[in-house]
Amino acid sequence: MNGILICGELKKDRITSVSKELITTGKRLASVIDRPLDFLLIGENLGNAAAEAASLEVDRVLKAEDPKYSEFHPERLANIITAVCRKREPSIIILGQTDLGRDIAPRLAAKLGGGVCLDCVDFSYDGEKKELILTKPVYGGFALAQWAISLHLPRVVTMRPRSAEPAEHIPSHTGTIEPISIEVDESQIRSQLIETSSAEKKGINLEDAKVIVAGGGGIGGKEGFELIQELADVLSAAVGTTRVPSDENWMPKSLEIGQTGHMVSPGLYIAVGVSGAPQHMAGCTSSDIIVAINKDPQAPIFGMADYGIVGDYRDTLPILIEKLKASKE
Amino acid sequence: MNIIVCVKQIQDPEIPLSKFKLDAEGQHVVPPEGIPPVINPYDEQAVELAVRIKEKHEGKITVLTIGDDSASPVVKHALAMGADEGIILKDPVFEDSDSFGTAYILCRAIQKTGKFDLVLCGRQAADWDEGLVGTILAEYLGSPLITLVESADFSGDRWRVKRVILDGYQIFDVPSPAVLTVSHELGPPRLPSGWGIITASKKEISFWDAQKIEADPSKMGSGASRKKLVRLFLPSRKRKGEKIEGEDPEETANRLVEKLKEAGVL
Repeated sequence: MNGILICGELKKDRITSVSKELITTGKRLASVIDRPLDFLLIGENLGNAAAEAASLEVDRVLKAEDPKYSEFHPERLANIITAVCRKREPSIIILGQTDLGRDIAPRLAAKLGGGVCLDCVDFSYDGEKKELILTKPVYGGFALAQWAISLHLPRVVTMRPRSAEPAEHIPSHTGTIEPISIEVDESQIRSQLIETSSAEKKGINLEDAKVIVAGGGGIGGKEGFELIQELADVLSAAVGTTRVPSDENWMPKSLEIGQTGHMVSPGLYIAVGVSGAPQHMAGCTSSDIIVAINKDPQAPIFGMADYGIVGDYRDTLPILIEKLKASKE
Repeated sequence: MNIIVCVKQIQDPEIPLSKFKLDAEGQHVVPPEGIPPVINPYDEQAVELAVRIKEKHEGKITVLTIGDDSASPVVKHALAMGADEGIILKDPVFEDSDSFGTAYILCRAIQKTGKFDLVLCGRQAADWDEGLVGTILAEYLGSPLITLVESADFSGDRWRVKRVILDGYQIFDVPSPAVLTVSHELGPPRLPSGWGIITASKKEISFWDAQKIEADPSKMGSGASRKKLVRLFLPSRKRKGEKIEGEDPEETANRLVEKLKEAGVL
């Protein structure tokens, strides 16, 4: 049985917070199966990111640098990672459940003839049976499933963001950095990337927010989100939405929280005009405290919240904003 | 143009939490009484995309599902939306296949249908939330794949595809035949028209077994499964579910602020 390979991700010239969480998970796994932990970086100008990763309890940082590799091209990246895996034969490959991971992990598993489990939140190891037990939410988060996978074949796992604490710098530790060169047959790349468009982020990153105020279909239109923003400002919170406001174009799609959007875990999640559809709740279920404000007393969200206020947000929020302002002074 | 759409029948994902039950062994979800299964919503959107493409370019849409006679309503629904032919892949050896087995069965069936230009799947099934079959199917078919598709159009002999990423989108150009997994950003699927329902009701659904698609039994069913379910359980985290009430909105707001302070989240 060989080592563990983490597929790291970059944000500018640093590794992402999710990548640091993967190192925490990978380290824990590496110690139970007693195998080395490798961290793969693909892109260009990887110096800072590689040094950062090497200071975080990984044994080796594998650095594949090429200007071509910096674009998010899933087909090419899958072929690069497959080539690395064929050479190094890791027994477990870990990615984040991110744009990259959810696309590439199943491709890797199919190409490598292995097994795969996406969107895991926890794992344990059965040393006797040599099985990895992976826990993942199913049925939109209504239930959790535990899957056993044996480690006889390469296994590809994606971890949900926020399922572990980000790894921290250990002063005494320095992993080695190993530049690697990968031959990718460009004639095998059939999809051509024409354009990538990412919205410029304004305000606080949803994933990093300590407090989130989310508006749902009950907000009724673009204008209502001004009140949501006002409440968010008082709390230094980020604003999120459910599917309806983004489908109706009241708010940008990039703010959508849910199983298919951002996965968040703030200390406080205030859901306003949110009914509590499973696919939305899947994205915020690991919040510490959930508050629901909804005028429909039957809304399912009240069963999934810690505190609920039945009332129209147009009446409730202005008063709440005043009280919060007063309590801060 | 030949378009294949793979669909799955699932338990209605919109049921309230109170109707969601597990069996005592923690191995199965108990089907909620009186609520019929539905077409996986993402697969319904895959059917919608197929019909949009057909409206523009003409062609034939074939719907595939794995199941038994009880899967007929889901196939009929797709036919009523505008698909032309429905096939149910039915054989005891197909049962309990994992994503790899499922993709293998679909791959064999698609190859049996003959030449195809496009294969569409939903991005994931809203029951097990795996999001694997479409991708593995593309690998087995040896076709290029674009996941999380919002829209697609055909020109020349290539597909121009818009896919969703967390903070935006990407545009890809892929040669035909391609596999696309469809995301909800495509927009709501059409309701079947009266005429569509009548047409669908007259159509015969074909049933294909393992022999018909020349499938190797060692590659499907529970025996070929690459992971096994240990148990299903409900999340232990219980929310307080406390309603905050007061004499007037002022008092209610004050009480909430107090509670949040006590919880240490302000």
